[in-house]
Amino acid sequence: MTFLPYAIAAWLFLVGLYGIVSSRNLIRAILSLTVVQSATYVVLLGVGYSKGAQAPIFADIPQTSKAVDPVVQVLVLTDVVIEATVTAMLLALAVQAYKRFGSLDPQDLRAIQD
Amino acid sequence: MTRTTRLVLFGIAAAGFGVVLAYGLAGLPAFGDYQGVYGHVIDGIGVTERHATDLVTAINFDIRGFDTLGEEFILFGSVLGVVLILRQMRGEHDRPRQHEADEHTFAGASEALRALSLAVIPAILAIGIYIVVHGQLTPGGGFQGGVILAAGPLVVFLAGRYLRMRLVAPETLVEIGEAAGALGYALVGLSGLVLAGVFFKNFLPLGISGHLLSGGQLDVASTAVGLEVSGAFLVAFSEFLDQAIVVSGSPRS
Repeated sequence: MTFLPYAIAAWLFLVGLYGIVSSRNLIRAILSLTVVQSATYVVLLGVGYSKGAQAPIFADIPQTSKAVDPVVQVLVLTDVVIEATVTAMLLALAVQAYKRFGSLDPQDLRAIQD
Repeated sequence: MTRTTRLVLFGIAAAGFGVVLAYGLAGLPAFGDYQGVYGHVIDGIGVTERHATDLVTAINFDIRGFDTLGEEFILFGSVLGVVLILRQMRGEHDRPRQHEADEHTFAGASEALRALSLAVIPAILAIGIYIVVHGQLTPGGGFQGGVILAAGPLVVFLAGRYLRMRLVAPETLVEIGEAAGALGYALVGLSGLVLAGVFFKNFLPLGISGHLLSGGQLDVASTAVGLEVSGAFLVAFSEFLDQAIVVSGSPRS
């Protein structure tokens, strides 16, 4: 099953996109976007994994131990921070959309329909 | 566009995209069969070169320190964006100061939850500080610890004391902390430029691997980032909670 992590990533990406397209609630659409983003974590960590290797923390393992790629782990950390900021901005926009249109259904956003 | 048309269009597009995605992923090396070079290089020299045992933090705040500067300012900018989007509109006004009883009703906190919440705050803050300052030794660092630290004042809200939370973590203080953290991280980079000749080059003694004060600039950078992240999250939390609790009236366009 050497392809399983990549299959999971593809599934997360597509299922998240479906969530965005099918949403009748902006909050659900925003949460679906975080599902799409989590696909990238799986790909990155999957690419950096090396069979039989340990975590790149040499606090209690010898310095010569085989360890996984720490660079992709840092990229995932960056990714998580960016996801949190994007989610915060979108939720703030959803709050304002609700105030203006009295609804969280994307179909009810009049400015988009016109 | 109706919902059905949208879903049909998505179905067609997603099928095509799925094929391309599968083709692209098929070109990756098999899982567990790592082909990269940088990972092995850093695993090999990281501890010797940086005296840090957590190489993720060593990359984050030293080897890739410049990228983290950008990441940090994305966080800073987006919190500014949240504050701007949720600013007070014309027609909106703050509700008159509520009685404590009303606050409790909003949060729905029982006496037991309130007592427990107040009891765990010191533990949360201690774990947060531990994670921030031990970033170079064990998993953790400024980003992870900062989020934990921001959870401390948030527990005061869970305890049904939102307005008290604003006293524990006043907005001006939180904003100053966030800005000071962002500036502090940039200053770590500039100190490298001035004292070691290269932006973000380590300028502090490396210490002994495994000791708390080791890894040179890692601890300083981690603390600055921890301050910024906890400030940023608290500003965002209180902006959202203000919308639910304090702001009333509807905006006029």
